[in-house]
Amino acid sequence: MLKQIEGSKAMAEGIAACRPQVICAYPITPQTHIVEGLGELVKDGHLQGCEYINVESEFAALSVAIGASAAGVRAYTATASQGLLFMMEAVYNAAGLGLPIVMTLGNRAIGAPINIWNDHSDAMSVRDAGWLQLFAETNQEAVDLHIQAFRIAEELSMPVMVNVDGFILTHAVERVDIPSQADVDAYLPPFEPMQVLDPDEPASIGAMVGPEAFMEVKFLAHYKQTQALRLITKNAGEFRARFGRDSGGLIRSYRTQDAETIVIAMGSVCGTIKDTIDEMREEGFPIGLVTIVSYRPFPSAALRNALAGAKDVVVVEKAISVGMGGPLAIDVDEALRNLPHAPQLHSVVAGLGGRPILKASLHRIFREAVVQPWEGTQFLDLNVRVVGREIHRSAKTRRSGPTAEALLRHLAAEERDGTEKGRH
Amino acid sequence: MFEVRVHGRGGQGVVTAAEMLSVAAFLEGRHAQAFPSFGSERTGAPVVAFCRIADREIRLREPVTAPDCLIVQDPTLFRVVDVFAGLKPDGFLIVNSNKSFEELHLGELVRRLPAGHAMVVPAGDIAKRHVGRPLPNAALLGAFAALTELVRFDSVRHAIEETFPGRIGAANVAAAEEAHVHVVAAETAAGVTSHAATL
Repeated sequence: MLKQIEGSKAMAEGIAACRPQVICAYPITPQTHIVEGLGELVKDGHLQGCEYINVESEFAALSVAIGASAAGVRAYTATASQGLLFMMEAVYNAAGLGLPIVMTLGNRAIGAPINIWNDHSDAMSVRDAGWLQLFAETNQEAVDLHIQAFRIAEELSMPVMVNVDGFILTHAVERVDIPSQADVDAYLPPFEPMQVLDPDEPASIGAMVGPEAFMEVKFLAHYKQTQALRLITKNAGEFRARFGRDSGGLIRSYRTQDAETIVIAMGSVCGTIKDTIDEMREEGFPIGLVTIVSYRPFPSAALRNALAGAKDVVVVEKAISVGMGGPLAIDVDEALRNLPHAPQLHSVVAGLGGRPILKASLHRIFREAVVQPWEGTQFLDLNVRVVGREIHRSAKTRRSGPTAEALLRHLAAEERDGTEKGRH
Repeated sequence: MFEVRVHGRGGQGVVTAAEMLSVAAFLEGRHAQAFPSFGSERTGAPVVAFCRIADREIRLREPVTAPDCLIVQDPTLFRVVDVFAGLKPDGFLIVNSNKSFEELHLGELVRRLPAGHAMVVPAGDIAKRHVGRPLPNAALLGAFAALTELVRFDSVRHAIEETFPGRIGAANVAAAEEAHVHVVAAETAAGVTSHAATL
């Protein structure tokens, strides 16, 4: 049913249609509206056969989900940012144990400095944990990915994380087609666990494994993710057949056929990039976009195919591996490494801590990549003046104080100066 | 695409205004996108929300920097925030106030806009009469429908009722209706005719 609805609420309805049996969550911005919405659906009887468990922390939330999943029920939780860090040990455990939990991550920056706004730092902090990680471009896709996520998770017996941009998607009210219960039931069969704690057939889950088999266990986890590459594609195809729209899959290409420059990005920024591409195309600039939906498993082969004809590849990402650069750019680089005529790779870090990613800035950086390429990582719309001021100031004295506070003071001073100049 | 920016203070229903406007446009079969400016919202703090309306899918996620219409829920913001930043030369302006533009020192700015594109509406006063509290958001949407003719009043009514069921919804609809009538009457008095906004 077509609705004009807040993203979080739409996701709650979509997740409820997947009939989770245990939901446990701890509130954290910007994910809170999703689990609040689910709480209401449990309470008012829309979602039957589901136990909603309030827990005292994120660590408990995922631990309860692990217990529930190991006991053979469909388990769901959600978190963001610091909440994800607080549950980190359980994040690795869920994957290591191969439990098909689905978790929404309302993507948000990680402190310090504390920041409640959107970027992909949280998702990147767990990219090596063994979860599958899918990224939604719109709220429609956010709903659809959850339905696919439960199926992928349970077919593989691996946990899946659905990444949705905090605020930009979670708090946006837009048009979403909420799938019917009948369609979801037809697409997503009841959960049949691969492993289950059953008193009638006693088994243990979570053995200690020494050097004799640890590598093999890890290899099999990696092998499962490579299997997931095919499964994700297959499930997206079956989703299209039932629901009549393209959602999910490994990657999506937009105007790449004759593109000399191809942009790569994940999540909601792809919408703004598509509008930018349309405008640049009108100006005769042959440019396209490849959206990465599945970040883990990483679709190296699909990317190699999609990018083989390009001269320049610009990776735009909302994360920074401090001391290295953009983590997505590193992954893309790996995919392109052995191409005979590999395109030039340009890495752009953008939108950290909720900095808006503007069409005008994208226009500039895409042109610059071709005309005047840079070395290393570009920080889109970085306030170079303020950064320079702080480097200069902090070099002058040993006890220069905290950086974040100093930057805020520089900005306040600039604003004062600006206002005064405006008055004169 | 038509882009609206709503300015107000925390507690005035700024985000809800943008959301209800998006629902009204949706009810007319259009694509609409409403989103807040993502600040830490507290009562009294300046708040901004956005609404885009279009006939095709809205993919753009950047904040509205060049609005086609500004809705200002609190005239005390003019001293605090650059409310008018980026307003298009042929844009619309709706301000909640019981003063005139001249009294608000906005006369010069309003004269630069096309005739019939700017309106002061005592939305807070109207809301106080109908809702019991000076929450101007619903009334300003009634004014928006009259001024821009981009959405029908009936769609605004449905959007308000969907957001606030029951008695509170009815009171807000009444406030929106009075603001709508206020704008139409002011337009007639000023002899302004057609100025409907287009996407």
